[in-house]
Amino acid sequence: MKNRSFLQRIIGAPYVLWAAIFIVVPLLIVAYYAFTDPAGGFTVDNIKNLGDYGAIFRDSILYSVAATLIALVLAYPFAYVMSRKREKTQQIMMVLVMLPMWMSLLILTYSWMNILERNGIVNAFLGKLGLEPMTLIGTPAAVIFGMVYNYIPYMILPIYSVMSKIDPSVLEAAEDLGSGGASKLYRVILPLSMPGVVSGVTMVFVPSVSTFYISQKLGDGKILLVGDVIERQIQAQNNYNAGAALSLVLMVLIILSLALMKLFAGEGDDNLYV
Amino acid sequence: MTEKNIIELKNITVRFDGDTVLDNLNLSIRDGEFVTLLGSSGCGKTTTLRIIAGFLEPNEGEVFFGEKNMNGVPAHKREVNTIFQRYALFPHYNVFDNVAYGLKVRHVPKDEIRERVTEMLRLVNLEGFAKRSVAKLSGGQQQRVAIARALVLKPKVLLLDEPLSALDAKLRKDMQVELRNIQQATGITFIFVTHDQEEALSMSDTVVVMNEGRVQQIGSPEDIYNEPKNAFVADFIGESNILDGVMKADYTASFSGHTFKCVDKGFLPGEAVDIVVRPEDVDIVKPEDGMLRGIVTTVTFLGVHYEIIVDIGGFKWMIQTTDYAGVGDTVGLSIDPDAIHVMKKSKYSGLYGDYSTFSDEMEEMNQMSEELAEEFAEEIAEERAEEEGAGSAPDSESGKE
Repeated sequence: MKNRSFLQRIIGAPYVLWAAIFIVVPLLIVAYYAFTDPAGGFTVDNIKNLGDYGAIFRDSILYSVAATLIALVLAYPFAYVMSRKREKTQQIMMVLVMLPMWMSLLILTYSWMNILERNGIVNAFLGKLGLEPMTLIGTPAAVIFGMVYNYIPYMILPIYSVMSKIDPSVLEAAEDLGSGGASKLYRVILPLSMPGVVSGVTMVFVPSVSTFYISQKLGDGKILLVGDVIERQIQAQNNYNAGAALSLVLMVLIILSLALMKLFAGEGDDNLYV
Repeated sequence: MTEKNIIELKNITVRFDGDTVLDNLNLSIRDGEFVTLLGSSGCGKTTTLRIIAGFLEPNEGEVFFGEKNMNGVPAHKREVNTIFQRYALFPHYNVFDNVAYGLKVRHVPKDEIRERVTEMLRLVNLEGFAKRSVAKLSGGQQQRVAIARALVLKPKVLLLDEPLSALDAKLRKDMQVELRNIQQATGITFIFVTHDQEEALSMSDTVVVMNEGRVQQIGSPEDIYNEPKNAFVADFIGESNILDGVMKADYTASFSGHTFKCVDKGFLPGEAVDIVVRPEDVDIVKPEDGMLRGIVTTVTFLGVHYEIIVDIGGFKWMIQTTDYAGVGDTVGLSIDPDAIHVMKKSKYSGLYGDYSTFSDEMEEMNQMSEELAEEFAEEIAEERAEEEGAGSAPDSESGKE
C-alpha cells in the first residue's frame, strides 16, 4: 500500500527514528573509523592490514559452521518430536529449552569452565574411574561445544515454531499417498520446515562467528577468533580503527554467507507458510 | 457392484482417554459400492474412516481388506486413499506436483507420471492449472486437486471425510453430482463420511447411520427413510412424528386413541411399539372425515408447502401439506395404512418428543425460561404484597390509570 495515511506515518515515525539512531548511525560510525587513521584522515590501510588476520577469519568461520551444523543436527529431530507431543508436554519442553536462556551467557560459560577444567568435575570423575585426566579446556572441541550449548535454543525455537504449524492432516496425506517415514521427511517435513531451518541457522551462526567470550574462556586464551581480535584492538590497544575495519569485514562476510545459505535453501524465502 | 466384501470391520472398539468412541462396530463394504457413514459429530464416523485408512489402530477388533487382516499395517502400505476434510494439499507444491505425489513416491517413470497427472487433471476439469500454486486456488478447485491426487493412484477404495462441508451450498450440489459420476465411471468403492442427511440420501447406494459409536441402521437410502429401525434413525433422517403405540394384531396398530390399519406385522399382540408417521404422509381433511381430530397451532409457509403444527390431545403433530388451514381451526387428519411405520421399542424410545420445539436446545431453553418466568411472577407478587402491606395502595391504583 503506497498511500499511507498521515496517522500511519505518525505511528511509524518513532520506529524509523529508533532504527536510524541505533542501527544506521552506529553502522556509519563503524564505517567511518574503518576508513580513517587515528588522526582522522582517510585511509584504506586498516582494510589492507586485515590480510594478517586471514587465518583467524578462517578459524572463526570453520568453528561457527561446525557449531551451527551440530546444533542443527541435534535441534531438528528434537523440534520435530516436540511439535508432535501433546500440548502440555510441548509447554514443559519449551520451558526446559528456554531455561538456560534466562541465565547470563557469562555464568553459563564460567560454569562450563569449572566443569571442563583440569581439576574440574569431568576430570575428577575420570580420576575416580582410574583414567588419566583429559585436557578439555583450550581445545577447539570445547569452544565448539560452548557455542552449541549456548546457542542451540535459537536453533530449536524457530524450527519448532514452523513445525508446529504444519497441518497434521498434510502429514497424514503424505502417508496416505504412500510415503513411509523417510519419504515423508524428505518430501514434506523438510521443505515445509525450511524457513525455520534458515532462521535457526542464522541465529546460531551469527553470534557464533562473532563471539569472543566463549573462545576466551573455553579456549583458555589459546584459540583466537575474530571477536577476540576486535575486542583486543578496541579494549587493550585502544585501536578503534583496526577494530572497526575487522567488524566491517566480519559483517560483510556474515551477510555473504547468509545470502549463500538462502540461495542454497532454495525457495525457502518466498515461502508463504513461515 | 459385486457381492464380494472389499472391506470388513469386525467387533471394532476404540477408546480415547476412557471414552468409548466405537463400541463393538461391525461393518461390511461391498466392492464398487458408494457407502455413506452418516451421523452427527462424535458418533464415530470419522474414527471408523481413520481405522480403515490406517491412521488409527482399534483397541479391539479386526480390519479386513478382502481376506487380508490389516491390523498393524501402516497407512502408507494400504491400498486406500483419503480425501481430507480440509483437503490437506501440500502447500509447497504446485497443482501438478500435488497430484503427482503418490506416483513419485512409487517411482513411476516421469513420462507416465506426466501422462497420468494430465489425464487426471482433465477428469476434474483443472486443465491449464498444472503450474498454479495450490494456495491461490478456490475451495472448489482445491477440492478437485485433492480428488485428482487420490484417484491418480487408482485406489481400490476412496475414503472421503466430509469433503464438501467447506463449500458453499450450490458448489456443494455440483460436487455431489460430480463425485457420484466419478464413482460410477471408475467403479471405485467410495466410503463417504457426512453429517448431512440430504447428501447421504442423494449420493449413496448404502447409508450407514451411526450414533454413540454404534451402527444404528444399514440400508439403501429408501429403506433408511421409509423403514427406520428405531426412533433415533426416524428422528435423524428427515422429519417424523414419533408416537407411542400398541400393536393390537398383525396389520393393526393403535395410537393417539385410534386404531389404524397398517402394513407391519410380526409383533406380539399387545406389544408396545414406536410409530413413525412422516409429515408429508398426513392428509388434512374435514374434522368429521378424519381419523384424528386436532387444533392447528402454527402455520408456516415454506414455498413448496405449508408446515402445519396440529395439537392432538397435547401431542403436536407436524404436517406438510399444500392445503391451507388457519391457526385455531379444528381439522381432521387422515393417514393411509402404508404411511404408518411400526418400530420396536429401543433405548431411544421417548427421547424424541413432538413438534412443540424442533431442537433439544430450544426445549431446554423453554423449560428454563418457564422456570424463570415463574420465579419472576413470584417476585412481582411478593413485591406487590409488600407494597400493599406498606399502605401504598393509592400509588398502585394511580399506576393502573
